[in-house]
Amino acid sequence: MTFDALDAWWWPYLFILIGGWLATDAWRFLGVYLGGRISEDSEALVLVRALATALVAAVIGNLIVFPSGALAASPLELRLLAAASGFVAYLMAGKRVLVGIAVAEAVLIAGLVFLGM
Amino acid sequence: MPALILMSAFVGFAGLAREAGITLAQAVFMTGIVWALPAKVVLIGAIMAGSSLPAAAFAVALSSVRLTPMVVALIPEMKTDKTRPWVLYLLSHFVAVTSWVLAMERLRGVPRDMRTVYYGGLGGSLVAVNMLVVTLVYWIAGSLPSFLSAALLLLTPMYFLTSLWGSARESASHFAMLFGLVLGPVFHVVVPGFDLLAAGIVGGGVAFALHRIGRPREDEGRDGE
Repeated sequence: MTFDALDAWWWPYLFILIGGWLATDAWRFLGVYLGGRISEDSEALVLVRALATALVAAVIGNLIVFPSGALAASPLELRLLAAASGFVAYLMAGKRVLVGIAVAEAVLIAGLVFLGM
Repeated sequence: MPALILMSAFVGFAGLAREAGITLAQAVFMTGIVWALPAKVVLIGAIMAGSSLPAAAFAVALSSVRLTPMVVALIPEMKTDKTRPWVLYLLSHFVAVTSWVLAMERLRGVPRDMRTVYYGGLGGSLVAVNMLVVTLVYWIAGSLPSFLSAALLLLTPMYFLTSLWGSARESASHFAMLFGLVLGPVFHVVVPGFDLLAAGIVGGGVAFALHRIGRPREDEGRDGE
């Protein structure tokens, strides 16, 4: 049952509803239910945060190494260079997200223009 | 400022959704109903990879576990003795990184009985504005020159690369992030379809094991949020 499995207008919405809404709001509702009963510092939460962080990081890695659309036409080395320079700039600027994004974009665009793409 | 950064991330999301073959209506629907950006990016990743619904839901759920502790931390700040539970359940839908960070900063300055109203206004307007951003960007994305489309698609990974690092509470999360970055693409080749789950479980598990073994008295790299 993939996103394109059924040729009905409502199927993608049902897919988003179950795969997206249910899978996120269930955790939010659980949070309301638990209220102040669980400690922010418990070891279980450290594990949960580590798993969640690694998973989102895997998505980031894939978006950079195996991108879609127009970005896929750029060389892998350029994408890695842009991301790495953006990240270093972010750290050096005292963890400013906008600086990191701006530097990465500047390197990418300069590279693409230089390569004539 | 955080709202501005979030908008640039949604500009990236709209470009990503378009490339993944998601329609405009579906992308806006997704923005309103899922809201958390990592969950949406994982969902689109799963759709692009042709994952089945249970696999997609599981990956999204795994990426969203962190919402629970965020809500747990926020609720005591907003609640009064008179607050009805359904109000809190409704407001919890707005919890995602940006609104949560803003709320944790500012709720203290709001009178206690006004805090649920304040958070409702804050969360509601963030969602509404970004549904609008997605619509506009989706519209114009098709007419951009290719180097700008490419730049658009780099926005999302860069936003997460930086904000995820900044929001990490302990060194275990920093290790988990580094492992995930490398393992994601590796597993994408080795176990296509299960790459996200495998990288999450292996990367997160190893990072947690390192955290347990190392166990310094004080966690290093406590950046807080």
